[in-house]
Amino acid sequence: MSGVEVLGLTAERCIELLDRRDVSCRELAEAYLDRIDRVDGDLHCFLRTRRESTLAEAEALDRDGRSGLQGVPVTLKDILSTRGEETTAGSRILEGHLPLFDAGAVTRLREAGTVVIGKTNMDEFAMGSSTENSAYGVTHNPWDPARVPGGSSGGSSAAVAAGLAPIAYGTDTGGSIRQPAALCGVVGMKPTYGAVSRHGLIAFASSLDQIGPFALTVRDCALALAAVAGHDRCDSTSVPLPEPVRVPDAEDLRGVTIGVPEALLAQGVEPGVRESFDAALRLAEGMGATLREVELPHAGYGLPAYYIIAPAEASSNLARFDGVRYGLRVEEAGDTVVDMYERTRAAGFGAEVKRRIMLGTYALSSGYYEAYYGTAQRVRTLIRRDFDTAFAGVDLIATPTSPTVAFEIGERANDPWAMYASDVLTVPVNLAGLPGISIPSGLAGGLPVGFQLIGPAFAENRILDAAHALERAIAFDPVPPRLGASA
Amino acid sequence: MAEISADDVLHVAQLARLRLSDDEVSRMSEQLSTILGHVEALGGLDLEDVPPTAHALALTHVTRPDRTRPSWSRDEVLAEAPQPQDGAFRVPPTA
Amino acid sequence: MSRNAWEPVIGLEIHVQLNTETKMFCACENRYGAEPNTLTCPLCLGHPGVLPVINEGAVEKAIMIGLALNCEIAGRSQFHRKNYFYPDSPKAYQISQYDEPICGPGRLDVEGEPVRITRAHLEEDAAKLEHAGGQAGRIGGAEYSLVDFNRCGTPLVEIVTEPDLRSPEHAIAFLQLLRTTLRTIGVSDVNMHEGSLRCDANISVRRAGSGELGTKTELKNLNSFGHLEAGMAAEIARQIERLESGGRVEQETLNFDPGTAQLRSLRSKEEAHDYRYFPEPDLVPLEPSPELVDRLRDGLPELPAARMARFREQYSLPQQYATDLNAETSVADYFERVAAGSGDAKAAADWVLNNPGSVGAIPADSLAGLIGLIANGTITSTIAKQVYARLEADPTADPAAIVEGEGLASIGDSSELEAMVVEVIAANPQFVEQFRGGKEGVINALVGQVMKRTQGRADARQVQELFRSKLS
Ligand SMILES: [Mg+2]
Ligand SMILES: [Zn+2]
Repeated sequence: MSGVEVLGLTAERCIELLDRRDVSCRELAEAYLDRIDRVDGDLHCFLRTRRESTLAEAEALDRDGRSGLQGVPVTLKDILSTRGEETTAGSRILEGHLPLFDAGAVTRLREAGTVVIGKTNMDEFAMGSSTENSAYGVTHNPWDPARVPGGSSGGSSAAVAAGLAPIAYGTDTGGSIRQPAALCGVVGMKPTYGAVSRHGLIAFASSLDQIGPFALTVRDCALALAAVAGHDRCDSTSVPLPEPVRVPDAEDLRGVTIGVPEALLAQGVEPGVRESFDAALRLAEGMGATLREVELPHAGYGLPAYYIIAPAEASSNLARFDGVRYGLRVEEAGDTVVDMYERTRAAGFGAEVKRRIMLGTYALSSGYYEAYYGTAQRVRTLIRRDFDTAFAGVDLIATPTSPTVAFEIGERANDPWAMYASDVLTVPVNLAGLPGISIPSGLAGGLPVGFQLIGPAFAENRILDAAHALERAIAFDPVPPRLGASA
Repeated sequence: MAEISADDVLHVAQLARLRLSDDEVSRMSEQLSTILGHVEALGGLDLEDVPPTAHALALTHVTRPDRTRPSWSRDEVLAEAPQPQDGAFRVPPTA
Repeated sequence: MSRNAWEPVIGLEIHVQLNTETKMFCACENRYGAEPNTLTCPLCLGHPGVLPVINEGAVEKAIMIGLALNCEIAGRSQFHRKNYFYPDSPKAYQISQYDEPICGPGRLDVEGEPVRITRAHLEEDAAKLEHAGGQAGRIGGAEYSLVDFNRCGTPLVEIVTEPDLRSPEHAIAFLQLLRTTLRTIGVSDVNMHEGSLRCDANISVRRAGSGELGTKTELKNLNSFGHLEAGMAAEIARQIERLESGGRVEQETLNFDPGTAQLRSLRSKEEAHDYRYFPEPDLVPLEPSPELVDRLRDGLPELPAARMARFREQYSLPQQYATDLNAETSVADYFERVAAGSGDAKAAADWVLNNPGSVGAIPADSLAGLIGLIANGTITSTIAKQVYARLEADPTADPAAIVEGEGLASIGDSSELEAMVVEVIAANPQFVEQFRGGKEGVINALVGQVMKRTQGRADARQVQELFRSKLS
């Protein structure tokens, strides 16, 4: 067992320790891997680690010398393709799938010299808000193992909260980074659509999906985002950022106007969440921010619009899993190719994925396109316009990230719409393609509450600055007490 | 309230190449009806002059030059084929 | 009711494989005939996580096609997904264009008559299926199929015409002109056997003079003009027969077996596809710059339709000559050089069309020289054929030198011929008697004897005149 205590260790602190040679890359990676071996049996954040390769890569860095992010361990949601290393998107249908190439973001991480320690659990094909929809078992919330970590990137958020990696990457289609970050008491950021290459990200809803980081602090989050952001020729929807992502150092919020969409928060936000949110707003005001109420008249329609658009795109994206070229095939003697398709897909997909494929297929089918998909795309325009109008008057918009704290495993399993409602405050951001961050604002009933800051497109640095200043004022301790005591 | 009948479910399942059990059909019919019931809220909006947004990005005309890169080897691309045969992907009869 | 009371109405959907270096959305080589599955990558195999990137070369060639067909080039066009499950479609959707194609309405004039083009759009080709086992080669009885993804993702332009064609011959004439046009602008190999040009025909019939359209059927993908023409004729006949016996034409897709001349239904309307088109979210709209479109327009060569019109004007050629000479650019080019060199366009056209082997084999100057020798009376057309045969054997030879060296020049001296005519009359009293008895035809036998003696160097007409004057 290695001597480094990694629980609560930030990426910045890792770099410091590595720079000072207090610890080697190998020792650091080993410390995380050992901790995973000790505690992840109960949490199930990881689908798999890659100890041998990880340690070999770390040793090479020790041998050849390192700087910057080199040697910092990271973990990847199992939806990011890794060449020659299993990538399943949490689905049976891709069990054993070894991609032929690395995702664009993964290539950047390798170039940056980070050390990938493993792949984390997720809702199947990123469809879910609890990580209960994984074909490979549920992930437990490090704050209370009877509760969900959120989703769909729940393995990533729980891994950072439990001290199993200082940085984790996930994807956010309707809140799948920000909501699990909120429920696990860590920082999670969804960048502007196009800021990080989607190449090699197994698609859920292509016009909404974005890769982003989880970390214990906003500054770590900035470091982690800077490592993967930027234009990639392999993704036609990727764009260069107008300015590089900076590690924030703002100490106050003077001159920052924060809008609060009161009407949107009027329903469904738990009292404990609301109290924590209001307390954070007061801290912001105390640091010089100006608070202003804003109107987002159509944001409330985001949820139904999202639950047409995302399943529609998903129904098409997931049609390629047909048992012909890779992945699962289920076939019986005498089958036609259609029989084989139907058996394979029936056996390979879980209930939620089937539900969304059905929903999306229906919404696109002849006679229903305009009523559902066409309408949802128009609502999307209204939501974008709402944000444009609001950002003419404020710098940032704040909401709670999730209307509730972490719920119990199984609690919403049989009520899809109740589960979908977890995303009510996050989906409008995806529909408008905007950046958003979730930082912990405190506890409610002993469970973390997430505070969401939303900015205009490509205002990542503005968000990071404000979130960093606010985070310092909030002074949240991200180490779950039950883990701190046992460490 | 949107009503998605068992027949609707079966039709859509056929389009989506999903084989559903009877249980799944009845559950799907109920759940899709509920979900689409919530979606009906959108019907109350005046969308007549609102154009659709397919993409939040304002990007246009992204292309690449017409220059070849080496393809993958046949062994690599057939490595995960459930049923490779004669350098190709074998599938059950199409009809 | 007679057959004449029915009028066929035909519209075509033509798929043209572009001859780009790479595929439509990935950088795999675009090449026909490679070993199965050796020209593929994760993208054209539809692996998880791949994203398409548009080939600029394909965009340019699509625009060139649009310009050649007088189409409006869209300032903005969009790709859509066309969703369907089939083993030849690795993503289970084809990236195609739907309501915003790159090329809008246009026209192509076939023998002076406009055929309206509805649109031309960009899309990707599917993989190739080989049905095997059982009754091999037939879809119905196959035990299994093998999929080769080399072709998958090849750039295609789909050209759709209005239902402006009125007969199978008319449709074939359109296709021939289209093929030459595409070849002239260099965007495709347009080889039907290799599948780089494929055509589906939408066919209906109606009462002649009626403005309404009947129910149409779709005739699928035949791999030669001959088969397509036969298939269209068979389907038109089938529809007329059906309607005349009081039946109805069902909307369906048909296959034509050229071997048995049988039409077979592939799928009917009930199982019609629901393609669930929606905008391709992995791609952004195409917006070719006006400068690009101008540059491509300026770079187009003279197109066959325009060249045909010019041939009629400049060389006073009939339409059929203009059409036939423009079946291939190389033929038209060769003809123009021969016409210029010989100064006799009509003769040049005849020679080129009657001797298609001359193109690219015999230097245009030589053929022009040969035509000149006929025109100025140096040789007879019979001798010209001999000289031509010598040129075929040795294309570097000079026609004048052949004539000179082998003494092939015409016998222009009428006294020499006259003497021969007198000899032949004397030697053939029976023919002379018959001729005088009113059997005019025997004069050919007499002429033939003179031609034989001169080995073709005499002008047959001149010889005949001599006989007539001597025998009258
Ligand atoms: Mg097509
Ligand atoms: Zn390829």
